[in-house]
Amino acid sequence: MLAIVLITGLALLMGLGLGLAAERLRSSGDPVADAIEKLLPQTQCAQCGYPGCRPYAQAIAAGDADINQCPPGGTAAIRALADLLGREPKSLNPANGAASGPRLARIDESACIGCTLCIQACPVDAILGAGKRMHTVIAGECTGCELCLPPCPVDCIELIPATSEAWAYPVPGR
Amino acid sequence: MIIQRARGRFPGGVVMPHRKRLSTHGKIESLPLPAQLILPLSQHLGAPAKSLVEPGQQVCKGELIAMPQGQISAAIHAPTSGVIHNIEPRPVPQPSGQNAMSIVLDADGHDRWRPRNPDPHPLEQPASRMVERLRRAGVAGLGGAVFPTHAKLARSVETLIINGAECEPYIACDEMLILERAAEIIWGAMLLRHTLGARRCIIAVEDHRAETRKALHQALLDSGLDECIDLRLVPSRYPEGGERQLIQVLTGWEVPAQGLPQDIGLLCLNVGTAAAAWRAIRYDEPLFSRVVTVTGPGIRRPGNFQVLLGTPIKELVAACGGYTPQATRLVMGGPMMGLALPHDDHPVVKACNCVLVLSRSDVETMFPEMPCIRCMACVDCCPAGLLPQQLFWHIQADKLQRARMLAVEDCIECGCCAQVCPSHIPLVDYYRYAKSALAQRDEAGRRADAARHRFEQRSARVNRAEQARTARLQRRDALLSTPSSGDRKAEIAAAVARVRAQRKPVTDEKQ
Repeated sequence: MLAIVLITGLALLMGLGLGLAAERLRSSGDPVADAIEKLLPQTQCAQCGYPGCRPYAQAIAAGDADINQCPPGGTAAIRALADLLGREPKSLNPANGAASGPRLARIDESACIGCTLCIQACPVDAILGAGKRMHTVIAGECTGCELCLPPCPVDCIELIPATSEAWAYPVPGR
Repeated sequence: MIIQRARGRFPGGVVMPHRKRLSTHGKIESLPLPAQLILPLSQHLGAPAKSLVEPGQQVCKGELIAMPQGQISAAIHAPTSGVIHNIEPRPVPQPSGQNAMSIVLDADGHDRWRPRNPDPHPLEQPASRMVERLRRAGVAGLGGAVFPTHAKLARSVETLIINGAECEPYIACDEMLILERAAEIIWGAMLLRHTLGARRCIIAVEDHRAETRKALHQALLDSGLDECIDLRLVPSRYPEGGERQLIQVLTGWEVPAQGLPQDIGLLCLNVGTAAAAWRAIRYDEPLFSRVVTVTGPGIRRPGNFQVLLGTPIKELVAACGGYTPQATRLVMGGPMMGLALPHDDHPVVKACNCVLVLSRSDVETMFPEMPCIRCMACVDCCPAGLLPQQLFWHIQADKLQRARMLAVEDCIECGCCAQVCPSHIPLVDYYRYAKSALAQRDEAGRRADAARHRFEQRSARVNRAEQARTARLQRRDALLSTPSSGDRKAEIAAAVARVRAQRKPVTDEKQ
């Protein structure tokens, strides 16, 4: 009898403690989405079908999106996501586009008419310019997301391969 | 002066054959003036220098042709008089094998100096001026790392160590410099000591050659500086000449991981750097030449040469009588840490202490690479105290973060582990790969973080603008939807009255 009362009391006490902790110490944000977002390339290109890397990460965390929808991340990002989430790696979904190396937008400045449409399209504010003034891309900030290409009325923006400054030694024995 | 044997020791290391006698029979020779010099803008650690010249421009010997960009960067000077041919990408000795922007100078053969401003009493100058002059003279560490010297002098230290321990086989340029120009090294050491405000100065040399010790001893006595500088003998055990290892042997202290010798009040500079600093300030002769050992079984007549920076390596080899039939591999640096070059059109740069040509028997190993048997020979010889076999394991599995946890970034790439490995695994190749890949991933991570930050800021800004617009529209709608009645008229009348009331005092003042 005593044992039943004791155990029940303890269970109630601990339940109360856990309930309070869940209420008081609630973690802000979504830790799973945060971890997923860390593995995404932050290109903000929206090729995955979501308006940026954060929304895509949230969709993966909620189970709405698959892990193979990020062309800029390519195989490396898919493998990292599969590792994190304990799933099987897949090949990139061709519906989202093809993987390409790091790229960079370049504005043909002689053709630019200064319409500011690309500035409004750039998700990372990497284009500098003003109305009826020449625009230019801040190379260090550009993620190569291609979002500035469609709005340009004179097609003066092109993507060039980004020369990565950090050179790495090759993998030995391969 | 105290001549002493250093008592400390570093963990691991291997005893290597010296093979220095091959090139040290003669004196330091000079070369005939080359027709064309190739001066890469990035010969040092840090940011590349910024070119100050145009193609077709006439320059004098010693003229500044590229300015340092930022704090960690070094100036470049014309090694002889001539005309700038072009500024273009050229093959330069660097691991990536990529071409790099270089100033190409056509020598005119006159070797005409710019006006010089020698300083007969440099030790009386304030230290800050010295740092600036060394910066302008392009002096960088000649031991191999080519770190700009002026940047090292920014922090004052307790003890200055001048490193004359040249531990890699074959390389003898520091040894020859000590034998022939000990006085310059000593005065350079005094100058650097004065600049740093250091209390002590130690010159360390290896104990295997008595002549170097005698030369330094004699020069110290001659110059009367024997009270100011101590001479230490260190055992020859590779990699004794590594900064961290030498400090451990001399002081018994360990430089903290990821830290600098300055953190424990020490600074280590090469003997060549000390001599270059002296020449730069005493004779106003910027760093445009250095001593290079040309040696190896693939060279007909090995020797040591005073070489102008930018001299093509093939001219250096030609001055030594050319290649022998056994010549198989060209290396810049020593056999342990050197960089194999694909051809001899590369120029001599500030980092080039040795041009080594190895024979077929040196290069071709009889044994293929075998699996790791976990014999721990590499652990016993690692001078940095790492676990090479564990690192190899993780890197092979592409678990670079695990390798980072085991401090792969503290690897000094000395090559001892690969040297002793009974399975002939090229271990250093794995560590180099891991270090550079980690650096690359860090950089990508930083870029991604910056992009995320900018995206978030932009999204917040767009949201704010949108909210402001909605609020404005709502206010307008509310205003329009209220029926225009007496209230509205009263409101207008009140507003007019308010404006009048505000205006009145102004009109009063005017009257």
